[in-house]
Amino acid sequence: MNLLNRLAAAAALTSLAFAAASPAMAQNNVLRVVPHSNLAILDPIWTTAYMSRNHGYMIYDTLFGTDENAKVKPQMVESWTESGDHRLWTFKLRKGLEFHDGKPVTGDDVIASLQRWGKRDAMGSALFQFVQRMDSPTPDTFRIFLGEACGFVLEALGKPSSNVPFIMPKRIAETDAFKQIEEHIGSGPYVFKKDEFKPGDRAVYTKNAKYVPRGEPPSGTTGGKRVYVDRVEWNLALRDAQAQVNALKNGEVDIIEALGFDHFETVKAEANLQLPKYSNYGLQYMGRFNHLLKPFDNVKVRRAAIAAMTQEPFLRAQVGVKALYRSCESMFVCNTPYGTTAGSDVQGKSSMRRAQELLKESGYDGTPIVIMKPTDLAAIQKLPDVAAQLLRQAGFKVDLQAMDWQTLVGRRAKKDAPDKGGWNMFLTAWTAADVWNPISNPTMDTRGEKSVWFGWPTDDKMVELRNQFMRATDDTAKKKLADQIHARAFEIGTHAVLGEYDQPMAATKNISGFFITNSNLYWNLKKN
Amino acid sequence: MLKFLGGRLLSTIPVLFIVAVLVFMMLRLTPGDPAAVLAGDAASTEQIAQIRTSLGLDRSIPEQFFIWFGHVLQGDLGQSYYYKTEVTTLIGQRLEPTLSLALTTITLAVLVAVPLGVLAAWRFGGWLDKGLMAFSVLGFSVPVFVSAYLLIWLVSLQLGWLPVQGYRRIADGLGPWAYHLTLPTITLSLIYIALIARVTRASVLETLGEDYIRTARAKGLHESTVLMRHALANAAVPIVTVIGIGIALLIGGVVVTESVYAIPGLGRLTVDAVLARDFPTIQGVILLFSFVYVAVNLLVDLSYVFFDPRIRY
Repeated sequence: MNLLNRLAAAAALTSLAFAAASPAMAQNNVLRVVPHSNLAILDPIWTTAYMSRNHGYMIYDTLFGTDENAKVKPQMVESWTESGDHRLWTFKLRKGLEFHDGKPVTGDDVIASLQRWGKRDAMGSALFQFVQRMDSPTPDTFRIFLGEACGFVLEALGKPSSNVPFIMPKRIAETDAFKQIEEHIGSGPYVFKKDEFKPGDRAVYTKNAKYVPRGEPPSGTTGGKRVYVDRVEWNLALRDAQAQVNALKNGEVDIIEALGFDHFETVKAEANLQLPKYSNYGLQYMGRFNHLLKPFDNVKVRRAAIAAMTQEPFLRAQVGVKALYRSCESMFVCNTPYGTTAGSDVQGKSSMRRAQELLKESGYDGTPIVIMKPTDLAAIQKLPDVAAQLLRQAGFKVDLQAMDWQTLVGRRAKKDAPDKGGWNMFLTAWTAADVWNPISNPTMDTRGEKSVWFGWPTDDKMVELRNQFMRATDDTAKKKLADQIHARAFEIGTHAVLGEYDQPMAATKNISGFFITNSNLYWNLKKN
Repeated sequence: MLKFLGGRLLSTIPVLFIVAVLVFMMLRLTPGDPAAVLAGDAASTEQIAQIRTSLGLDRSIPEQFFIWFGHVLQGDLGQSYYYKTEVTTLIGQRLEPTLSLALTTITLAVLVAVPLGVLAAWRFGGWLDKGLMAFSVLGFSVPVFVSAYLLIWLVSLQLGWLPVQGYRRIADGLGPWAYHLTLPTITLSLIYIALIARVTRASVLETLGEDYIRTARAKGLHESTVLMRHALANAAVPIVTVIGIGIALLIGGVVVTESVYAIPGLGRLTVDAVLARDFPTIQGVILLFSFVYVAVNLLVDLSYVFFDPRIRY
């Protein structure tokens, strides 16, 4: 045996000895997940961060859910009735619902949870404009009394993305909506192991053995939440994209929630890895204008910018993998219930010459536009460069300012002029569920400085259309109003939609049971 | 000696105070808003303002400073905005991985580099010396992430001997701890081996030309005794200084290594805190790093007494 062979044998033996000593490796029924980001805030009502939302789905349950085709279906609710005038809603809870501390879920818990959510979430806040009162005549029943009819009660209760109306025990839900909760007890399919939570390192969830899943197959956030693993461990420390792929190849993790686009083809070529489809709608890129400041306080300038920003260059530069992106001019995301391209001609049929003409017509005076470019967020960092190039070609004077994402997040809340720390435009991405409804879509709030989201557009007609939408109880009327809202949004240039893409997820081949979640959900998965 | 020690310990107070003021002011003057980070992407301006108030960020900067510093004087580094956990707890959780990596790295580096440096100096101009010099250049030139990925590719992905990533606490057993720490240690020690070996070589080379070495050899002492007892002992001061700086740098966080190998240490904590504008955590870890630097330098200075009896404090 030569020296090299001896060395190899010694290393292999040492490796085996080490491996045998490792308790983690002895756990076969542990699902090891690399989430898309770090989990810091454990209160999914207090923040809109997606990681907190995903944590919420692990441990809490919801009254309603949204299936893979964006249809609302009951989850904790067994049955419900709606009065003829649409003002009284009575809900009956499923039997066997129980919090992790062993106490049953009651109507009082539901009411307290909804009240707290209504103080934080935009759609919840809109719903509570209509709510007169709520009560719980029996422990398994709750009622919502509305001051006037509104047509989005179920859409709000089944809202799939941040902030999701998760149901918590009353004593926890009574926490001030502007303070974070201290206890993390839900009635969902997993129990959060607070004692094993190491911020920035790992979060652990164990199977809730008492959870009674619905009978239907899982679909979106609806259906049976069956758990086939003992534990789910979120690896919060593994954030380097290449290291994630290496760990997946080596069998040290089972799922990468957000695979980098650069690694898509590598993983696709690996026999032991898979790229499960989990979303029907994906995400949407968008560019947001600051409507308070020159030059984007001028609707003609905004429309010229939208005309210049055709989607393909953004998608090609940022995503790169043809199979993962598609152009779509719908602000509500294509193929969703309210998906439409009404009024989108300015972008859909745009050309650079048209953009140049529109800009000339607008009387643009050469005011430089400050575009904020995040240098540390790989998912969107190429978009500002493409926007700057296209806008320059259209005739804009562009000042592209690089900064880290958190600086951008802080700066975009400022309404000051760019030379005093403000901005003119930034680009971001949304999951489809956040923007597919005219009420939850934050860019559609046009109440000027009172708008819930940055950019602060002002348009009374849009406000009126959204009010009508909220009050519409007929599906046909809602669809028609959604089309009008969409057309109006393009007419006033609230923002520019820059195309849709799928964020790939990667997993080892021994994981089965993936379904269309339109989110990151970890039930129904089996580890073979 | 005691007077020197007392003086040096007292001098840490103004150093730490100046660091505290500087870090506090710099964080407040740099762009970025912790409240906006915490609120999430879809939060409204109103929600951000409410969070800012709840964190006390709407107060004047001097007021914020004196509240924080008052707590620091009582040993309370405050609560992380981001993790809503005591900063001391966070540091406590991250200290073990960082200390483990620092100690294993520096131990491996010293065990390999010092003998190599001595041998290279002894065989000055020979193949070992030339090889060491070439390795030193390579060790300095190749970025840590490159050597990390190369080692992962070879040792983990091709040979399957060691894991790609992760850290196991000592409480989980020495086996898993060492199993996960071996590759990061080798990766990180390469640069320290290059550094320490080079300094050792230069320092020993210098002492080998001294008269007392010639005398020792003339007395008929074995060459190993000449090298280790006479040459190395007299060359120790610069070597210990470099090792000391190395320890301080390692405890200050090795962000790239921790990122590539997913080690939840102080380096990652600092980066996460900076990205999240988690002011209390940044202030806490910077204070800790300052203290470590001061303490390590003090220990290095004290160690000179043992290596060179001519030094007196």
